[in-house]
Amino acid sequence: MSTTEFPMSVARRQAFLAGAKATIPLIVGAIPFGILFGTLAEPSGLSALGALAMSLIVFAGASQFIALGLLSAGAALPVIIATTLVVNLRHMLYAANLVPRIRHLPQRWRIPMAFGLTDETFAAVSSHYLQQEDDKALHWFYLGSFLAMYSNWVFCTALGVGLGKMFPDMTRWGLDFAMSVTFIGMVVPYLRSTPMWTAVIVSGAMAIATAGMPHKLGLMVAALCGIATGLSLQLLKRRTSAEQANSGVDKSEEAAQ
Amino acid sequence: MNEVALIFGMFVATFSVRYLLFAVAGRVHFPPWLNTALGFVPPTVLTAIVAPAVLMPEGELWPSPANPWLLAALVAVVVALVRRDLLTTILVGMAAFMLLRFGLGL
Repeated sequence: MSTTEFPMSVARRQAFLAGAKATIPLIVGAIPFGILFGTLAEPSGLSALGALAMSLIVFAGASQFIALGLLSAGAALPVIIATTLVVNLRHMLYAANLVPRIRHLPQRWRIPMAFGLTDETFAAVSSHYLQQEDDKALHWFYLGSFLAMYSNWVFCTALGVGLGKMFPDMTRWGLDFAMSVTFIGMVVPYLRSTPMWTAVIVSGAMAIATAGMPHKLGLMVAALCGIATGLSLQLLKRRTSAEQANSGVDKSEEAAQ
Repeated sequence: MNEVALIFGMFVATFSVRYLLFAVAGRVHFPPWLNTALGFVPPTVLTAIVAPAVLMPEGELWPSPANPWLLAALVAVVVALVRRDLLTTILVGMAAFMLLRFGLGL
């Protein structure tokens, strides 16, 4: 029994460490945000303890920032919670994307995996899944990515809370650009086909056009427009190539006759 | 503001969205076109976050060569297209932004 378990535990540990390692570049991009979140918390009206608890329990970067913005604007509790839900809807699309990969796992795995489903872990895990078709230890890779991201997020929040007390003007350093540049680095590797280029351009243009919509709803509208465009082009491309393949067969049959 | 209620409410709003489809996975199957559509999700969502952040960094549309967010973002796109390495893209993009915004004072 132990002889069969030993190589499995090695594979698990390797997958766990590989997951953590693959997430390091994304963690680097998240560091300024964790620090910035912690720094902004107290000026926005969230206590130091509240900021730490939010990073530990909610663990959703974009929502946490928006919550701070709404808190400082004096928004009511239901508004903040409803906004969190809307901003996080994209995670449902990520979850849908991962469903074929977690279908075989028990709920005791699915629950922590769902809790750890951030933009960064999704990016690290989905690019890994593209390369590894069938690997029994893939959920350990996911767990490694999640825990690396999570511990860094909580640590950086704590660091930010401390720094915020020391340097109250840190928020003017332009660290908001770190999220943009990280996301650009994540999007570009996808740009390998005309449907993908078109989807991204439509999504970006629509995001600008709908930026005035309340509760960040424009983000969902823009993404859906991009997805619809990309999907249409992809299906059209598939149909055209199928027709070309058929006509190719017809011609070779004619030539044979 | 009751912080316990705030954090609990945000936890429910975040976790339920992330867990719903995982919870029912295995009982729900997606048609192939939906899987194709989901492949477009990460790049379109991320672009929808980035485009307003760099083209309207201060709330108003600012499509100008004097906009350091936009210029640094274009630098990052070029670096990512050439190197396809995330860490290089982040470092060069941030360096470009810091230089434009604080070095040149754009």
